[in-house]
Amino acid sequence: MKVAVASSGRTPDSQLDSRFGRAPVFMVYDTDTGEYKAVDNGMNLNSAQGAGIQTAQNIAATGAQAVIGANFGPKAVLVLQTASIKMYLCQSGTVAEAVEKFSSGELQELTAANVRSHW
Amino acid sequence: MRIAVASGKGGTGKTTVAVALAVSSGVPAQYVDCDVEEPNGSIFLKPRAGSTDTVSVQVPEIDEERCTSCGRCARFCRFNALVSLGTPPLVFPELCHSCGGCEIVCPADAITWKDVPVGEVSIGEDTRTGLRVIQGKLKVGSVLAPPVIKAAKAAASDLPLTILDSPPGTSCPVIEAVSDADYVLLVTEPTPFGLHDLKLAVETVIELGLPFSVVINRADEGDDRVEDYCRENGVHVILRIPHSRRVAEVYSRGGTLVEALPELREVFRAMPGVIEGRLP
Repeated sequence: MKVAVASSGRTPDSQLDSRFGRAPVFMVYDTDTGEYKAVDNGMNLNSAQGAGIQTAQNIAATGAQAVIGANFGPKAVLVLQTASIKMYLCQSGTVAEAVEKFSSGELQELTAANVRSHW
Repeated sequence: MRIAVASGKGGTGKTTVAVALAVSSGVPAQYVDCDVEEPNGSIFLKPRAGSTDTVSVQVPEIDEERCTSCGRCARFCRFNALVSLGTPPLVFPELCHSCGGCEIVCPADAITWKDVPVGEVSIGEDTRTGLRVIQGKLKVGSVLAPPVIKAAKAAASDLPLTILDSPPGTSCPVIEAVSDADYVLLVTEPTPFGLHDLKLAVETVIELGLPFSVVINRADEGDDRVEDYCRENGVHVILRIPHSRRVAEVYSRGGTLVEALPELREVFRAMPGVIEGRLP
């Protein structure tokens, strides 16, 4: 399966980005092959509104079944749930560290938004 | 004549000037509060309550029987108000700008429209002056100010003088408030912030092709940079309002600028005529 991670950069040692909708990059990790692919999310950095919604659609388009991030707002959560993508919380560290925690089942699954809109 | 009172920076005295102009008018006049996020002209005008109408916008509703889940509407929507994940789209009505594009691109005729209230417009009359007072008020939680401003302007009748009290800034609500005015007054203050935002406001009204003048409030405070900017750029300064404790005292009791400084009443009464003479 594929898991997308909200990232500040394009490599596995990049730090996590604390935002979901306006994270510049999503690192998509394939648990079957162990490979990473960087997916650009830059077009949503400057979108006036609906960044979380658009980002959630981008993630759905990558085929990811799970996403790791620090904060998820209500609209992003609605879209991700509609797309049956599970959300996991990880507050800090690198992308690779987050994936490792995810693989060992250390990350908590999120079932409702943990921040409000326009956080 | 329609005179819009605007500013780049908030808190420079738009409402103070707009109210003073309206109550000093020598001809039948109306005051339209277009600062719909925080309309406060009524604090000074005290209109007798008249009629109130709801302002609504239309947002799409998806007929899931007809929808083929093709996703064209969601790809078209640049406001991210529609999301399709191979399913009939999710609708986020608060993000919709009612452009109607989704209905045009939908091949299955699956989009209909429903009304969502975003604010209200009330019409009253100031009992002391007979001034017609129109107020647009955005609903709490709604973000779409322009439709409410448009409705407030549409409620204005055909009187000789209309004063449009604009929101601050230079974004969509301001454009909506000032774009069909005959003249714009930009109220500023002699501070670095006042100058910075005045420049943005000047660029905006020039872009809109609107004739304008500047009002400098608290003109004897601060520094000379606003005066220098206006002189160097050929910007007309129509009025300088002095900094005065008396104005603040009267204002804090809900009084108007011309009650505090009665000598300005004649200046404001004459101002529409001065403006008329400056029209291109």
